[in-house]
Amino acid sequence: MSIAAPGVERNYWPFVLPALIVVLGVIVFPWVFTLFMSVHDWNVSGAVTFVGFENFRQLFTDARFYESVLHTLYFTVLAVVLPVGIGLAAALVFHREFKGRGILRGIFIMPMMATPVAVALVWTMMFHPQLGVLNYLLGLVGLPPSTWVYNTKTVIPTLVIVEVWHWTPLVMLIVLGGLANLPTEPYEAAEIDGASSFQKFRHITFPLILPNLMIALILRTIDALKAFDTIYVITQGGPGTASETMNIFLYLQAFAYFKLGYASAVVVIFFTLVIALSLLLLHVRQKTKWNA
Amino acid sequence: MNDRILRPSRRHFVGGASLAVLGAPALVRNAFAQSTFNWKRFAGETVNVLYVKNTRADLIMAKSKEFEDRTGIKVSAEAVPEQQQRQKALIEFTSGKPSFDVVALSLHVQKRIAAKGKWLTDLRPMIADGSLTSPEFDFKDFNAAGLTFSTQNDGTLDTLPKFVDYWILYYNKELFAQKGVAYPKTMDEILTAAQKLHDPGKGIAGFVSRGLKNANVPVWTSWLLGQGMETVDKAGNLTTNSPEAIWAAELYKRLNSEVAPPGAIGFNWNECQSTFATGRAAMWLDGIGFAAPLEDATKSRVAGKVGYGIVPAGPKAHHSATFADGMGIPTSCTRKGAAWLYIQWACNKENQLTMLKNGAGSPARNSPLADTETIRASKFGKEWFDTILGSAKIGRPGLPVIVPVTEFRDIFGVALTNMIGGADPKAELAKATEAFKPVLEKSEKA
Repeated sequence: MSIAAPGVERNYWPFVLPALIVVLGVIVFPWVFTLFMSVHDWNVSGAVTFVGFENFRQLFTDARFYESVLHTLYFTVLAVVLPVGIGLAAALVFHREFKGRGILRGIFIMPMMATPVAVALVWTMMFHPQLGVLNYLLGLVGLPPSTWVYNTKTVIPTLVIVEVWHWTPLVMLIVLGGLANLPTEPYEAAEIDGASSFQKFRHITFPLILPNLMIALILRTIDALKAFDTIYVITQGGPGTASETMNIFLYLQAFAYFKLGYASAVVVIFFTLVIALSLLLLHVRQKTKWNA
Repeated sequence: MNDRILRPSRRHFVGGASLAVLGAPALVRNAFAQSTFNWKRFAGETVNVLYVKNTRADLIMAKSKEFEDRTGIKVSAEAVPEQQQRQKALIEFTSGKPSFDVVALSLHVQKRIAAKGKWLTDLRPMIADGSLTSPEFDFKDFNAAGLTFSTQNDGTLDTLPKFVDYWILYYNKELFAQKGVAYPKTMDEILTAAQKLHDPGKGIAGFVSRGLKNANVPVWTSWLLGQGMETVDKAGNLTTNSPEAIWAAELYKRLNSEVAPPGAIGFNWNECQSTFATGRAAMWLDGIGFAAPLEDATKSRVAGKVGYGIVPAGPKAHHSATFADGMGIPTSCTRKGAAWLYIQWACNKENQLTMLKNGAGSPARNSPLADTETIRASKFGKEWFDTILGSAKIGRPGLPVIVPVTEFRDIFGVALTNMIGGADPKAELAKATEAFKPVLEKSEKA
């Protein structure tokens, strides 16, 4: 049924236009402008010259850029797999009824509320090889001291410790949401069939909470890929370039060296990488839906 | 009313006359200064000031009212963290119309770009103008190290130096005495002294300095100055893979790996400071400005035991790496008179002395360092003041005067860090020089 009077053309534009302007101004324009900058030699204090794909050509021959891509992937894999694994285990524990569960769950989610920069500063002090509390604790249990973030080999796994501490609670909350909505019937049937606890988890719980795990996985992947504040505050990409991820590399090119064209080319590559990974994860998620 | 004033005795008259004769020059000079210089000339105007956030900025910003009362000029000052302030300054200068009338610049980083972009006003005509510059200003009081930084190649003085940082060698007197080690006279002796003092079993390192990329470059350039060389020569060519630069890098590598604390590869000044302040390092090479925290017994375990020494001589020369901050007025500023009065006041003798007394850094003027009362009352001790004065005489820029200073520090900083990890200094410097050469060439052509 039409609500417009006969002969009057319906005009939706006044309603759509404000949103369209915002989307064009806030999302589309920055992207188009970034693409425009990426094909120019654009230095803040110098002239702007069109260079075509020269920035991309340079980027693909820049060993430091390749290194930053590898660091990003290494960091992302660890900073996704570990919080998801530990978060899942924590959710299974906190899903059970036991005394003091409320308080313990509250304590467990506390790190998530802390400001990343403040968290990074505290961890920096804890990682100090001579004065940090972590080496003191290692000493108490008879283990040798570590150089934590002050070592090219251990810096990325150590930074991942901070990510795990900070973001595992988020994964736990997402999974807990899934566990709370599980139907009871499959468990009753499994009970009658004599299934063990592991079998119930493997064949009922895990498949049913997989969509939630996939959401956690997507969120963690995006978060880990764009991780900047913690790494910058703790190591600034060091020692040397051992923890220089694409974001740190990008920041230096744009805001320390002021090579905006080159930095824009990095953004384009980074965006492509994020889109590719997100599409892959969304595709996987579609397959894990209950009705799939 | 005391009628003795109206009917003075001969004794009073003679005494009064004597005082008048003795005090006359000072009174006349003061009266002349007061009468000829008009601080209120730009009353009613506002100056916008951009500082880097640090203790020096905090001190001067807290005294803004004093300037406002003296001149009638309103001060609107903001202090931004160092990296962000440099970004803000660059972007605003590039826009052509910066929002500030006075800006504090790190001359060891921004001197060349300021010259190339013609950012700032030449202060010399204003200094020479008696109607704009107070007779109390005393330009000759500024030391040579600061003025060298403030003067561009074409002779223009586009900033007034405010603070000059000299790199010195801090040493733990107690550890030196325990091992019977004398203060090193040469750079080579630093290594031999550090080897004697290095005691990993007790958690004591012989030497500590910056290992973190970018921050670590002045350590290497300090050693290179001992060869009488800087990283870029007067013709603008890189000397970074010369035999002298390799020698300096090898010394850097040995000091930061053989006799350094664990993890020094990632140390910036703050980790070095905490290591030295807890008595876990016998020597520390860094800027002069750490006496205040080191002598604070509530924060430092080495308070009262810290020795301050001029950087020992190198094989061919004896220099102290210096860094400086200066204050300038943008070329496009429309309130240059008021801005210049502000700079004069901010860098006057009294404010430079306040900075020194508060341990906020070494002043660009000589007079505060000659203030015997300040030296006597200071908890830093005479040795600290002697070190400043001695370093000032042999000061030489610790970083090259080029546009891409940050990139220079990053590229060579990574090379130095790699050396601590075991890489060959010669190969690393060759690689870094090759990587930086086009960056430098492009920056000068732009």
